Amino acid sequence: MKYIPDGLRRLWHRMGSPRWFYETTGSWVPWLAASAALLLGVGTVWGLAYAPPDYLQGDSFRIIYIHVPAAYLAQAGYMLMAVCGVVLLVWRMKLADMVMATVAPVGAAFTFLALATGSIWGKPTWGTYWIWDARITSVLILLFLYLGIMGLRRAIERPEAAGRACAILAIVGVINIPIIKYSVDWWMTLHQPATFSVTSAPAMPPVMWIPLLLNVLGFNLLFAVSVIQGTRTEVLLRERRTRWVTDLCRQERA
Amino acid sequence: MSFDSFGEFLAMGGHGFYVWWSYLLTVAVVGFVLIWPLWRRRRFLAEQRGRLRRADALGQQAEVESNAPEA
Repeated sequence: MKYIPDGLRRLWHRMGSPRWFYETTGSWVPWLAASAALLLGVGTVWGLAYAPPDYLQGDSFRIIYIHVPAAYLAQAGYMLMAVCGVVLLVWRMKLADMVMATVAPVGAAFTFLALATGSIWGKPTWGTYWIWDARITSVLILLFLYLGIMGLRRAIERPEAAGRACAILAIVGVINIPIIKYSVDWWMTLHQPATFSVTSAPAMPPVMWIPLLLNVLGFNLLFAVSVIQGTRTEVLLRERRTRWVTDLCRQERA
Repeated sequence: MSFDSFGEFLAMGGHGFYVWWSYLLTVAVVGFVLIWPLWRRRRFLAEQRGRLRRADALGQQAEVESNAPEA
């Protein structure tokens, strides 16, 4: 740690303080929520009403504007949980455990949404609601990982032990993320390949992919709002015996 | 605009059922994800306030710290 500059080290220590997190992030939420509403409003209206229909799939392709952001967040949320797991195991940072506990149900909700919208989209496109395609199966495993982590936390009584067990499961489960990503290349599957890639231009015209980009950004902000609010609540719950939380409870109008 | 009338917009070229169910589900999931942490916070604050009020009435302010049950 001696190579890390003093300022950075101070920031790192402050970030580890649940109280600092609670007091700092409260004012971010309205701005994040307003930006999310704006992006999702424009992206969704554009995608539903103004983007042209797909030449093969017709108007059912408009499900892409929620399916892709949901699937993206399902995986990003899992990665965030695993990173928090590493931070918890290496630095014993309590805040990381609180974020990890908060992300699990949110990530599970978006994984469910990705599976559900994909299933609905599958009916008009492939003729079936469900098939044991490699992509779909690996995302279903992702949902089970989320549910497993949530169950593990409830099953272990001591919070420190529960946090460590969840961290280990989250880190081991990361192996599923590249499997999800490459499943469409490794196996011959029904699922179409990625819409966006870093190395090449999208195969869609801009009038179709710009609203998708807006919705992906909007869903990200929405996810941030939920995780920040959830973590703030988690901070209060776990620090309820401290002076600053009892004082806050006396003042706050709920 | 990709549609000529509101009726056509709702019909989604015959795929209205699939498109609108997907969007309805999304609204439900997003609503849950946004409201759940606020609901938990509200419940926690109400509980704590009740507990603190009772403790204050009994003049046992110092007991607050040790009386909090496990969540």
